Amino acid sequence: MDKVAVARQFIEAIPHASALGMVLKDISGGRAVISMPYDERFIGDPKTGVIHGGAVSALMDTCCGAAVMSHPAAPGGTATIDLRIDYMRAATPGQTIVTTAECYHVTRNVAFVRATTVDDDTDRPVATASGAFTVEKKF
Amino acid sequence: MAKRPEPIQVVKQRRDAALGAIVSGVPYARFLGVTFDRRGDELTGILNFDENLIGNPFLPALHGGATAAFLELTSVITLSWSHHFPAIESGALDPEAMANGELPRMPKTIDFTVDYLRSGLPRDAYARATISRAGRRYASVHVEAWQDHHDKLYAQATGHFLMPSPSDNGGS
Repeated sequence: MDKVAVARQFIEAIPHASALGMVLKDISGGRAVISMPYDERFIGDPKTGVIHGGAVSALMDTCCGAAVMSHPAAPGGTATIDLRIDYMRAATPGQTIVTTAECYHVTRNVAFVRATTVDDDTDRPVATASGAFTVEKKF
Repeated sequence: MAKRPEPIQVVKQRRDAALGAIVSGVPYARFLGVTFDRRGDELTGILNFDENLIGNPFLPALHGGATAAFLELTSVITLSWSHHFPAIESGALDPEAMANGELPRMPKTIDFTVDYLRSGLPRDAYARATISRAGRRYASVHVEAWQDHHDKLYAQATGHFLMPSPSDNGGS
């Protein structure tokens, strides 16, 4: 089985990702796209219905990990070393959010990733992230 | 003569009711299984283990995103709790009204940076947040999480938050 197929299978088997309803849209060559539909259980502020930043973090962390695993220079699994998330605006309640992550550099031990999350208004990002991930020899 | 201190039940009931209202105001805390333990004004967040929190089924290990969310929740609840504590104590914020949905606005996350120090084991985790600075508009918070040993942190984070403006407080 090719690398990208293995990475896809791994991402789709993550219990926390499926609990959050994440859907892997695209994965190849160090780039991954994952969407997460709106769900009332993810609300952080009931007054506005806006989902909690933590749910956005979980989506971005998963997507960054998927990007690393699909990179041609990464042989196996990965774990987050550090991840910084900047919240630009509240995601519009009711809308699916979509994260695109790009693994832009891989060394023997470290992979560097950045990601952007949008809702229906794709011109104005909801959040951006940048992080460092481990490069594991196997899954 | 000094005012007599309030009976312990009155103090405990007021504080626990106010904390319960703040936490139950965040549906995502219930989804993740995060609860809070209170000692005086000190809070400890508890991430109650569940199979749905797993990120790597082969190890198995907690999902980094679940840990990030747990740390962010602990930060925002601790910040909100400490921000409103004087009003809860003075009676300006009524725990009963809070439980009925008249909650004060929550701080908003500006940025959040998580350091993953060890792989999260498939069991409960605990976290405590320290408010490094609480200004009128901005707050800076540091939060540490551990599992079996408090001195062996498995993750830590620093975040900046936008505080609710006074006109946002109370009511809807």
